[in-house]
Amino acid sequence: MSTVERGHLGRLERPALTGVLVREIVNFSSYWKASTFSSTVEPTIYLLAFGFGFGSLVSRAGGFPYVEFVGTGTVATAVLFSSAFPAMFGTFVKYKFQRTYDAILAAPVDTEELVTGEALWIAMRAGVYGCVPMIVAVFFGLDLSWGMLLVPLIGWLAGLGWACFGIMIAGYASSFENFNYVVSAVLTPLFLVAGTFFPLSTLPRWAQILGELNPLHQCVQLVRDAVFLNLSWVDLLRAGYLALFAIVLWRIAIHAMERKLID
Amino acid sequence: MSASGSDPPPPTIEVEHLVKTYGGVAAVNDISFSVRRGEIVGLLGPNGAGKSTTMKALTAQVIADEGELEVLGFRLPGESKAARAECGVVPQLDNLDVTLTVEQNLLVFSHLYRVPRAERKEAIEGAVQMANLAARRHDKVDKLSGGMRRRLLIARALVHRPRLVLLDEPTVGLDPQVRQELWALIDALRVQGTTILMSTHYIEEAQRLADTVLIMSHGKGVAGGPPAELVFEHAGREALEVYGPPARLAEVQAEAAEAGLRTRRTGTSISILGVDANGHPFEGERRPANLEDVFVLLTGEEIE
Repeated sequence: MSTVERGHLGRLERPALTGVLVREIVNFSSYWKASTFSSTVEPTIYLLAFGFGFGSLVSRAGGFPYVEFVGTGTVATAVLFSSAFPAMFGTFVKYKFQRTYDAILAAPVDTEELVTGEALWIAMRAGVYGCVPMIVAVFFGLDLSWGMLLVPLIGWLAGLGWACFGIMIAGYASSFENFNYVVSAVLTPLFLVAGTFFPLSTLPRWAQILGELNPLHQCVQLVRDAVFLNLSWVDLLRAGYLALFAIVLWRIAIHAMERKLID
Repeated sequence: MSASGSDPPPPTIEVEHLVKTYGGVAAVNDISFSVRRGEIVGLLGPNGAGKSTTMKALTAQVIADEGELEVLGFRLPGESKAARAECGVVPQLDNLDVTLTVEQNLLVFSHLYRVPRAERKEAIEGAVQMANLAARRHDKVDKLSGGMRRRLLIARALVHRPRLVLLDEPTVGLDPQVRQELWALIDALRVQGTTILMSTHYIEEAQRLADTVLIMSHGKGVAGGPPAELVFEHAGREALEVYGPPARLAEVQAEAAEAGLRTRRTGTSISILGVDANGHPFEGERRPANLEDVFVLLTGEEIE
């Protein structure tokens, strides 16, 4: 209690983060079925549609059987869908309609802790749901490897950045309609030009360079290198890039939410 | 705590010259008040008087443009988090997690308010009992009635046994019967010695519950003190209620003004205030003067 008596509680305190996480975990117990269903079925459909639809035209891509290429690539899709989207919509709903954040900030929790706790939680979910397409692909012939154990971590790291991205967008958005611009102009292009369904090497040079800046592409590459045991020092750079993406967006998300939540 | 016996206890809340402006319009314009330990203080005023802004400034969800704020000895906004750890806040708008059960809502807040693990179960049980929701503890919030939700909202703010409770319009939008139930609950807190700051636009609520009332209008504090003293000082002991057709009421109003008596229109009647002394010609129903009379006299506006 000595810190309390001095009047200052620190930043990013563990009890505050725990409180935010407990709220999410208890809530998750009431909607996990729906969320797990959509997180499982969606990537499976992508996998089946592209893997078998395209797979009948294209037998190999990037040096791998096409089903395995897509099965590893859609890990990043699942991560994106289970991080950026829930972060955007969930944050906005909790702020605007449920006023949950009013209640949390009246407790000994600061905006920085609130945003951090929410992002950590979404990243954890993204790490788990991100593995689903890979597991499905195993049933369609993807070989098991020890590198697969790294995939939840890669999903977590990428998910952390996308969660902060979603929270940031919700922080700057004034209405739900604003999300349409972000989905159409940012997320859809990044999702398509990530090397998920076709290798970026088929694109013009300038598009390849831009593609390297796409965090989703870095996530796809990391997953493939891990699963196919091709890890090298380049992957450290990729992981570093994802960490940088997460840290920068984390700070911007905190700033955006402070503007929104504190008058 | 090194207070010697003769010192009065330090105030639980000290607000000095609070100013908060939104886009050039002052929501709160130089408000000062203090809340002593064990006291219930009511901020009374119509919607838009600046009550909610004042309440939010006390949890640093609104940052003051000017003024000094101290809560439980902590200076705001810098030390707000430490103050919030010992405060319970009941918001005006319900923000319970509606897909969670009564107990789950309390569990979440026992974590947010850092109730130690060993005391958690007991704290949640105590809150369930306080809200009188033992029979509904496993029900989801969206299955509860408005009154039950409001009781849960209050119990949620008490799960960590705060020294100070901030109630923002605790009974707004509820049936009269439910409102009385909540008054009993708030009164029970007073008996336990909890310090309470409450905002309300219900005159009766302020008059019944508050030890001290601060009347607010357009972001300013108009008058403050114990309700009975405020009434006596500004509206006297009794008022005279004169009924009649509108034309008659207008006449009465003019005559009262001539006699130097203050009046206010109350729908179907006119209230003549300060009629304690004899020697006026009016006939009507005598009734005790109340806070509403004071409010109308001081601000010139109706409260509800």
